[in-house]
Amino acid sequence: MRDLALPLNERLLLGALGLAGFIGLWTLLSAAGFVPRQFLPTPLDVLSRILSLLQSPFAGATLQQHLASSFQRYAYGVLLAAAIGVPLGLMMGWFRLLDDIVTPLFDALRFIAPIAWVPFAALWFGTGVGGPILIIFAGAFPPCLINAYRGARFVEPRLIEAARMLGTGNLRMILEILLPAATPSIVAGLRVSAGLGWQSLVGAELIVAAAGVGFMMVQAQANVATPTVMAGMAAIGVVGMLIDIALRQGEAWLRRRRGLDA
Amino acid sequence: MIGRRGWVSLGSVAAFLLLWFVLTSATGAISPGRFPSPADFWVSLKQIATRGYAGAPLLSHALQSLKLVIMGFAIAVATGVPLGLLMGWNRRAEAAINPIFLIIRPIPPLAWIPLAILWLGLGDAAKIMVIWFAAFVPSVINSYAGVRAIDRPIIEAARMLGTPRWRLVSEVIAPAASPMIFTGLRLSLQASWTTLVAAELVGALAGIGFVLNVAQQDIYPGMILVGMAAVGVLGWATTWLLGRAERRALAWNVAGRD
Repeated sequence: MRDLALPLNERLLLGALGLAGFIGLWTLLSAAGFVPRQFLPTPLDVLSRILSLLQSPFAGATLQQHLASSFQRYAYGVLLAAAIGVPLGLMMGWFRLLDDIVTPLFDALRFIAPIAWVPFAALWFGTGVGGPILIIFAGAFPPCLINAYRGARFVEPRLIEAARMLGTGNLRMILEILLPAATPSIVAGLRVSAGLGWQSLVGAELIVAAAGVGFMMVQAQANVATPTVMAGMAAIGVVGMLIDIALRQGEAWLRRRRGLDA
Repeated sequence: MIGRRGWVSLGSVAAFLLLWFVLTSATGAISPGRFPSPADFWVSLKQIATRGYAGAPLLSHALQSLKLVIMGFAIAVATGVPLGLLMGWNRRAEAAINPIFLIIRPIPPLAWIPLAILWLGLGDAAKIMVIWFAAFVPSVINSYAGVRAIDRPIIEAARMLGTPRWRLVSEVIAPAASPMIFTGLRLSLQASWTTLVAAELVGALAGIGFVLNVAQQDIYPGMILVGMAAVGVLGWATTWLLGRAERRALAWNVAGRD
């Protein structure tokens, strides 16, 4: 590739120009009245709406309360997906028969978008905590399973042979050989899961929920409160980004500890 | 010949279907109000295929959804891939555009749905906008990464031979980046379906997501399952078509062949 790396100050300048252009265009469109301000509030309107949402409730709760209830469901859904997906993936990587049994079923279900579980989620578990958790689970489960499985399948064969020769049983083989060897792949899968789970959470809350940021946004949409909708988008984006940063840090820490990135 | 693996797979699916039958029709362990029996599923499928449900037969709901996905996906690819190639090729463009991306990217596509409805209403335009957002990001990122991963000697050789700039892009860079671009397209397509179903569930007047929505309100488990099956089949079919296109386009590439 063209290898002239830009000097840092030129990079920063261009980046700032790009951002300024974006925000400037946005402000211009709404402040100059090209687009009715009710439908496209200025960035400043959105910012002040976020600040006011932190204090005064909308749709029954303040922004941080909505975020808290969203996050709670999210954590349950993703943890459940990891708790089932990772062990199942590892076992499928070790027991061929289990692999042959589960894979066709999994492949058949995989093409159903997680969000299509919404009607059953609402029917089975209601709109409180259970319904959204099922949808988050449906979004977060596949990467957990697939990465644990791949990690276990591609373990260095010599490790397995050595362990076999020493008479290691199935359980210890999975816990002490496959699990540690598959950890980098599992962690990468968890990061993908976390992102997809967050995405599914938003979808779930738009459709079946009585609290949470997604619910707040739908209520705002019904009231044509565009600044509140955008405030919700910003909150979702920021939290999603924080989750990703936290997991990246965790991944880097793990790699350092295992001496992979010396 | 079906190998041992094939038989086990077949047995697994058969056992699953049998279990479904036993739990619902035969023993009633799962009540029909919670999950449909195979017979309920069949009745619902026949009803929507012939007499229609939620205002139209299955085929026109499916075509409506398919149309929106294809339109949104096509617009996203037509805008995302060139932008990704540009960002991969031109450091200045990358430096200027990347920060905007960093701000917009963390917002999940589904979070755009309320805004799209506010702006464009419940019709097709809002759905196409949301699908475009969903499919755009993977297209850009993978095209960008694809250009970045090209071996420098290939480009230098082309340069040395005096290849004009536009031919360099169309005949060297785009083909060399195409395996990554196709990876991006596959992710984009998946995102398109998820987003469309969500958007149709939130508000629509036709489409598979709308069928799901009406079936949910009618508490009609058989039809819910038909809707889910339709989503799965459509998602699978479009992914399969994209895979065919990829194999054809990347026939020169050993990695793309299997």
